[in-house]
Amino acid sequence: MKRIAGWTLASPATLLVLLGLVAPVAATIYTTFGTPGGPFSTYQAFFASGFRRTVLLRTINVSLIVTVIALVIGFITAYVVSRAPGWLKSILIVAAVFPLLTGVVVRSFAWLIILGKNGILNSTLINLGIITEPLQMLYTQGSVIVAMVYLFVPLMVLTLVGVLEAIPDDLIQASASLGANSWATFTQVILPLAVPGLIVGAVLVFTGSFTSYATPQLLGGEQVMMMGTLMYQQAMVTFDWVSASTIAAIMVVITIAIVALMNAAARRLNPMTV
Amino acid sequence: MPTKLHPALIGFTVIVFFFLVGPLVIVVGSALSDTTYLTFPPQGLSLRWFQNIFEIDAFRRTILTSLQVAVISTFVALIIGIPASYAMSRYRIQLPGWLSTLFVLPVLVPELVLGFSLLKNLAFQFNAPIYLSLIIGHTILILPYVIRVISASLASFDFSIEEAAISLGSPPLKTFFTVLLPNVRSGVIAAFILAFITSINDVSISIFLTGPGISTLPIQLLAHMEQFFDPTVASVSVMLMVLTVAVMATVERTLGLTFLAK
Repeated sequence: MKRIAGWTLASPATLLVLLGLVAPVAATIYTTFGTPGGPFSTYQAFFASGFRRTVLLRTINVSLIVTVIALVIGFITAYVVSRAPGWLKSILIVAAVFPLLTGVVVRSFAWLIILGKNGILNSTLINLGIITEPLQMLYTQGSVIVAMVYLFVPLMVLTLVGVLEAIPDDLIQASASLGANSWATFTQVILPLAVPGLIVGAVLVFTGSFTSYATPQLLGGEQVMMMGTLMYQQAMVTFDWVSASTIAAIMVVITIAIVALMNAAARRLNPMTV
Repeated sequence: MPTKLHPALIGFTVIVFFFLVGPLVIVVGSALSDTTYLTFPPQGLSLRWFQNIFEIDAFRRTILTSLQVAVISTFVALIIGIPASYAMSRYRIQLPGWLSTLFVLPVLVPELVLGFSLLKNLAFQFNAPIYLSLIIGHTILILPYVIRVISASLASFDFSIEEAAISLGSPPLKTFFTVLLPNVRSGVIAAFILAFITSINDVSISIFLTGPGISTLPIQLLAHMEQFFDPTVASVSVMLMVLTVAVMATVERTLGLTFLAK
């Protein structure tokens, strides 16, 4: 009886996810194995193409760089926010939440204004006499990385603030009074306790960067193609749906592998479970 | 006694927040410029680019579509998400464990993959209307947020209150609306807001499920940016930011903003 009641209430949402997500995505992945050239021919074709290999490696590379930068910036910022007095903390959290709730298009567009040929950065540098000709900053890997760091730092800060807030001041002072300098306190007390949060943040940022579309499209263009923009191009410009499905499958596998790996790492590194 | 912070850490944080807020200030400034090209600081103040939004037919249409899609998919997600969250808290033992994993899947599967799969295997294969596919995509995208937020508020709900109401003769549906729902009210508001904002801002699903005649605002913004470099996009961005501020003010009044940091 209870089982029936439970299933009745949960079934609309269950059916929606099964029919609207699991089935279509499984079908997309399934088609990549049913091609005339043999079950793995689409993957062989993907990895045989130097251009596509470059795109995959570039995407991994950019996502790793963004993750590391966001981790460092986010950790320091979140630590200061977590130790700030109450009123200031609220203001800082608002300042982090606001960009997060502002869409990815708007936030990428801001960097288009800043980094453009006649953008703010170029005109400032020219006015200061540092350069004479505007630099080509858009459509480089650097511009994609900067905009993605901008995109993901608020997420990292908000993920870490909660974790760092949970570390009591007493613990840090105890460490100091037992003779640890601030570096030792940082590496031996604060950092280990923050590991679970750092892992969650890293997964969110890495998978977010790896599967992003709008930012590489606007700031990278054709020159800095990434997996997301390549997939869109294959699907909607050249209408090669088999190739697009292959890229989709690779994105799914890498995303789920990263999440599984980090979950395992989190279990192993969490000081609470040792 | 609070921990003392090294001045270098404070300085670093100031720079980070400058980095977070600065670009958005620049967008606002450019939207107010009287020039036909994007520039900052604005040269001459004017609101004409805001007027221009509504003079471009594509913007008028996509704003309406985005609002419609956001409202419909948020309501559908709430209508199916609230019972699902309830079932998972109330009948946890009777329901299989994989159910909660299933409801996390939309976060795990890349949005681009979902959008493309809906285009390929729903819109194309079964001739489903694009608009319907778009709403299905958005509903699936926001369902995990709804379920997570509602489940969190149900976690502190004492189900014996509900049993008391039923044993006193209250019919199930009435019990739901008069006992359960008022107790998770703040969760429902938070879920609504998160879902609405997520839908309004979505690019990665919508990019595949738009086409001639139907498009959403972020997709129209992308298309406009590829052709023009005028302040229209900046003024639409400001409009979206005003919407975000309104949403944050609502959250602040009902729940307190620290809610969003959890």
